[in-house]
Amino acid sequence: MSILVIGLLLGGTYALMAMGLQLQYGVARIMNLANGEILIAGAFTTFWFYAGTKASPLFALLLVVPGAFILNWAIYRMFIFPLVRRAKSQGKLEVDSILATFGISFIAVGILLAIFGGEYLDYSYLAQPVFIFGERYGLNRVVAFLASAVLCAGLYLWLHKTRAGLALRAVSVNPSAAGLVSINVARTSALAFALGGAVTAAGGSLLSMFLTFDASLGVVFTLKALVIVILGGVGDIRGTIVASFILGFAETAVATLIDPGLTLAAAYVLFMIVLLVRPEGLFGRRPA
Amino acid sequence: MRSPGTATALTAAGVTKRFGGLIAVDSMSFELADKEVLGLIGPNGSGKTTMMNLISGALKPTSGEIRLYDDGITGIGASRVAQKGVARTFQLVRMLPAMTMLENVMAGGVFGHARRWGAELEDYARALLRRIGLSHAGDTPVSALTYIDQKRVELARALASDPKILLLDEWLAGLNPTELKIGIALIEQLRAEGCTIIIVEHVMHAIRSLCDRCIVMSSGVKIAEGTPAEVLADHGVIRAYLGDADA
Amino acid sequence: MTDNLKQRPPMLADMAQAVRGQLVVTAAERRNLVISVAIFIAAALVPLIFGGYALQLAISIVMYTALATSWLLFSGPTNYIALSTAAFFGIGMYTVAGGIDLLPYPVLIFGAGVMGAAMATVVGLATLRVSGVYFVIFSLGLAELVRQIMTWLQHVLGTMSGLYVTIDRSETEYYWQLLLLTAAVFLVGWWIGRSRLGFALRIIGNDELVAVHCGINTAIAKVILFIISSAFASVAGALVAPRWGYVEPVVAFSPFVSFQVVIMALLGGTQRLWGPLLGVVPFVLLWELISIEFPSQTTLLLGVCFLLIVYVIPNGLTGIVEDAMAGRTDFRAQLSDAAKRARSVVNDPQANLGKPIREALDQIRANSAELGGTVRDSLRTAIERWNSRNA
Repeated sequence: MSILVIGLLLGGTYALMAMGLQLQYGVARIMNLANGEILIAGAFTTFWFYAGTKASPLFALLLVVPGAFILNWAIYRMFIFPLVRRAKSQGKLEVDSILATFGISFIAVGILLAIFGGEYLDYSYLAQPVFIFGERYGLNRVVAFLASAVLCAGLYLWLHKTRAGLALRAVSVNPSAAGLVSINVARTSALAFALGGAVTAAGGSLLSMFLTFDASLGVVFTLKALVIVILGGVGDIRGTIVASFILGFAETAVATLIDPGLTLAAAYVLFMIVLLVRPEGLFGRRPA
Repeated sequence: MRSPGTATALTAAGVTKRFGGLIAVDSMSFELADKEVLGLIGPNGSGKTTMMNLISGALKPTSGEIRLYDDGITGIGASRVAQKGVARTFQLVRMLPAMTMLENVMAGGVFGHARRWGAELEDYARALLRRIGLSHAGDTPVSALTYIDQKRVELARALASDPKILLLDEWLAGLNPTELKIGIALIEQLRAEGCTIIIVEHVMHAIRSLCDRCIVMSSGVKIAEGTPAEVLADHGVIRAYLGDADA
Repeated sequence: MTDNLKQRPPMLADMAQAVRGQLVVTAAERRNLVISVAIFIAAALVPLIFGGYALQLAISIVMYTALATSWLLFSGPTNYIALSTAAFFGIGMYTVAGGIDLLPYPVLIFGAGVMGAAMATVVGLATLRVSGVYFVIFSLGLAELVRQIMTWLQHVLGTMSGLYVTIDRSETEYYWQLLLLTAAVFLVGWWIGRSRLGFALRIIGNDELVAVHCGINTAIAKVILFIISSAFASVAGALVAPRWGYVEPVVAFSPFVSFQVVIMALLGGTQRLWGPLLGVVPFVLLWELISIEFPSQTTLLLGVCFLLIVYVIPNGLTGIVEDAMAGRTDFRAQLSDAAKRARSVVNDPQANLGKPIREALDQIRANSAELGGTVRDSLRTAIERWNSRNA
């Protein structure tokens, strides 16, 4: 039972980083391998904020979200846009953007190492237990989950109720058709990329409340976010949320019942299953 | 010379294809006889190309069965269907852009129904190019060819696999009157040699002169079947193409 | 219908003919073969001339050439960036480390290839039937995944986390073994290029839909390539295991191996079999420098290298070399074009001569030293006619 609850709490918090990648890959169509590093940067910034001010890490979001938004917008303009312009096909763009974001991820790790060093960072915030169904769980996990739920709900509403959100959803379905109805695809992609980065960083910020981070952990989070996006279906928000819970649960089950060092293996098993059984994911559109 | 054989080359039984809520092909059933030339016509959006894609294996039917000379080919995938002897051309011609004319033809003859290689493959490809009427040097890059010549190369590529059935998907589209004459003569030549062909076309006089039989589709359903003359005079067919006023 | 069956010659004669067909080489190919053999012989002589540090560098170069070229065998034709080299390299090391007390070393080397091929089969069949992006992602985490599983297995089996491989070999022996492996990689690459598989891959690379309709099982073709490429990486790991002596998961499956191999191959150029070699040599030397001068910034500099390659040298060094060579012939074509234009304009009584002729003449004047005979003649004629008209 506790596995279920912890898994759900974890999954709910994972949802943010997966949403971030969903925006970047589903809308801007960039497979951002530096996604994990943005998450780590969010976590580290929150750590630094908490260490410095002792105020609730939730306030760090006020710093992290806009900061990450601007940073990712800059990355898109400086690094991604030239590739979009010179790419002769979607396939070539994918290859180029994978390599470029890969390179950026290394640079990010290098910078993080230089600033924060190579040790593990964590902090203790709201580590008191709270009781759910008779079992004790960390309050920090619950708070992170609730904050994540609020942010996800906000994102969902924005995507479905505003014009800008509509533009984003249109571009994710069919960029050329979106262009034909006078949506500025380039601008929308940049917005999606920047927003995705901000959301991911927020996720990292929340995860830092109960997980321990070091500068090299980025890749693992990138992979988990990808598995969630693929499992849920590229371009579908509901899928991302459902898949986040599935991964959170699977990971917790494996860590508790088999070995805590096999969390990536749990994600990969899910990955394999998706690829073999239903490559378009749970809610994805089956290619004709 | 030629006469439609008695064997059944292709059977489609209750073939249906759904894309979500859209039914593109609705319970199509027909037979294609050996050495017959069958025309598949209908207004735009009637499901003709989807039907071709189902036969060639590019799409999997939602339900129904397709048999090639009594060998089931439903849902086995396009590469296996090609190996069993179904070759096709595409609505918008698809060349292998970085390869030469000869290589494009050879590409069809290695992995498909006929499996040749080396000198034998090259000779066969050259002979095919001559048969199709292309006199360029074999190592001309296909990007340098005119549209009709590219279409011919695509046809040669399809023929290189010694197919049992040839699917021509609007092969005469986009040709000027001179090229059209050459194209129709070419298909007539294939017909005379005894090829079994399904033609999807909009060029009606080609349908009249080339096809033994015709099937008319509209909104995914078969609405008429018979000789070209019969079918093109049918009221339902005219209504499907032109609307009620002209029926 | 059944005609084709009768036309097929008996299977043995078929195979013999296929082999004979493979062995027929054109003059150009023969020249390339001779050059390649000469280079290999020269490379083999290296340990007899150099020793110590230079030989160690040479071993690195040869090992990475084997890895990068075998990487190219798969990632070149398919354009899928495989980030999984370290996973297979590590598997190869572990096959040797784990089995060193049970089986003779040569058997283990072969075994490493088999293990690599087996894992590649599983990974390939799972990931290569869908979009290439998923393959890249899967391969990214593969080394990490295998490392986690290895660590867990050793934990469960109760062995220590590291394994000792104590075989005594000289540096020269390592060099020659790796050189032999590299030769094998090149040979296989050359063979594939002339084979049906190579042709299938070219077709897939041109238009995958057409490839499928020509009867090519594209997934299987890619999986076969992936198996070949990965098996070589595993064998390389097996050959290097005794040199490192102590094998533990963190080191054997270091993702840096994967990333450096990719950089070297991209740096050299992915359009030619000898491309990676061109990237390996400068990069190994550069990395030595970086490891000595900036040991704590290796990650950052690796990222910078990636970005440089994507933005500055997208076609690799072979691209630059070949562009330079093509530039000269291209330029000649341009000039003879200018001559033709000039002549046609001059001969046309209705034409307005001024601008086109002047442009052609300027081009000629700027490059007159480079002209070939006939081009020069026709231009001379054009100039004379123009002069006579405008005298």
